[in-house]
Amino acid sequence: MSGAETGTLVQAPATRAEVCAVAVAESYRGDGELIASAFGTVPAIGVRLARATFEPDLVLSDGEAYGVRGTWAVGGPAEGPIESWMSFNQIFNLVWNGKRHIMMIPSQLDAHGNSNISVIGEHAKPKVQLLGVRGAPGNSVYHPTGYWVPAHSTRVFVPAVDMVSGVGHDNAAKAGPAASRYHDLREVVTNLAVLDYAPDGRLRLKSVHPGVTVDEVVDATGFDLVIDGDVQETRRPDGEELRLIREVIDPRGLRNAEMRDGEVVA
Amino acid sequence: MSDKRMTADDVVARLRSGMTIGIGGWGSRRKPMALIRAILRSDLRDLTIVSYGGADVGLLCAAGRVKKVVFGFVSLDSIPLDPHFRAARQRGEVEVAEYDEGMLMWGLYAAGIRMPFLPTRAGLGSDVMTVNPGLKTVADPYGDEVFAAMPALKLDAALVHMNRADMHGNSQFLGPDLYFDDLMCMAAEDSYVSCEQIVPTEELTADAHPSTLRISRLLVSGVVEAPRGAHFTSCAPDYGRDEAFQRAYVNAAKDPAAWDEFSTVYLTGTEDDYQRAVARFDTQEAMA
Repeated sequence: MSGAETGTLVQAPATRAEVCAVAVAESYRGDGELIASAFGTVPAIGVRLARATFEPDLVLSDGEAYGVRGTWAVGGPAEGPIESWMSFNQIFNLVWNGKRHIMMIPSQLDAHGNSNISVIGEHAKPKVQLLGVRGAPGNSVYHPTGYWVPAHSTRVFVPAVDMVSGVGHDNAAKAGPAASRYHDLREVVTNLAVLDYAPDGRLRLKSVHPGVTVDEVVDATGFDLVIDGDVQETRRPDGEELRLIREVIDPRGLRNAEMRDGEVVA
Repeated sequence: MSDKRMTADDVVARLRSGMTIGIGGWGSRRKPMALIRAILRSDLRDLTIVSYGGADVGLLCAAGRVKKVVFGFVSLDSIPLDPHFRAARQRGEVEVAEYDEGMLMWGLYAAGIRMPFLPTRAGLGSDVMTVNPGLKTVADPYGDEVFAAMPALKLDAALVHMNRADMHGNSQFLGPDLYFDDLMCMAAEDSYVSCEQIVPTEELTADAHPSTLRISRLLVSGVVEAPRGAHFTSCAPDYGRDEAFQRAYVNAAKDPAAWDEFSTVYLTGTEDDYQRAVARFDTQEAMA
């Protein structure tokens, strides 16, 4: 057991949301000087945690138009010195320049890593209009792209997405070298597991979170995940990570509102 | 030098049904809402709207003024989806050309620099290529790659809202982001700028760096002084988004009677009527 080194707050065992935040942080390990863009509360915690610990060179936006140093709490304004102007136009340029690793929230994701955030149903007359493709087509062919799925289910993990917004391995290959040259899909973190990609480009079960079984993940996935060898357990937060999450990055506990599984796991 | 001051209704009088109109701002940020409200008071229809969309798209869709939306997203930022755009799409009422956000920028830039298209990797491998059947690819003449050829998005008119301008059309943003308002104006035959305040030219740079003057009078056909003209979207640093009013806008979309009432209270009168009704709303909110 870890997590008991510092003050009383961090002596409680880690929750699932905290395990997920650390898994998000881990997916940015090794990135160096890139913009770490993250949608959702747990990813927002994860990128701040990564920068506060093992990836100090990451660039983080205040969510408006500035790159800001420091470590500030989720759900409030950024606190720290502004280090860069990152207007949308600047961000678009840096996206195409490749200087970003994004974690998006897909409404649907298939076995090859194609994501959909646009529509459910027919494009001409959708059953459900979602956001639109936003920057997903460009993000996915220009710079590292991962996904956060707060509720791992067969509604999200589907055999085929209704509209390819973010480009998967199969479609990048089909579209030719211009699409695949900088195509770089990174880990998918869910409330149950961490997924990466097998050499053939299909999603693979990399680790299950503490307290989750492989069968649970398989049952919640609408296609066959690649499972090769023994599936590891997702790393548990250490004491300093728990202190940062609980006292600095998310003192209000917003992470628990995003997760269905708030239970103690470790 | 020409005095380009005019009213919002003057701007709308220069627009025609069936036009392609670019709308500045982003999501629920610095949208030219006073100009949108003026369109709602007119009989313009069958518009093609090019926008980093928010309530501008939603309001025009709700009023049945839109033939086609050229977009990458429609969002109210703090509320992810605009209910009117969503409803119009789900009823199959509006045509769309859906592009990646960067492709949209590229199409505006192409139009602005008078190129028929610009190449990009964005869109390749995605269904943007399949839902836009006219979207073609182009081979690199120097190498082997094949790119998406984003067509120029030429606009008949652009509508943007800025913090300050002078009477000649030199326009200034004082908030954190210009968004793509400059490209909208470059891409348009005629651009109309509404602003919080029209000031003498020398005042524009009295306290602000000249780099905030990102839209030159070269590109501007008309200037409208419209205080709180971006309401209920944000217009930092002059004011933030009116979150309570935005919620009321979204809630009113939930049934036709509520929307009729919202339209009657806020969208049938003049801009002054609108601002007075919003002041009453704010007072009620403060007391609640």
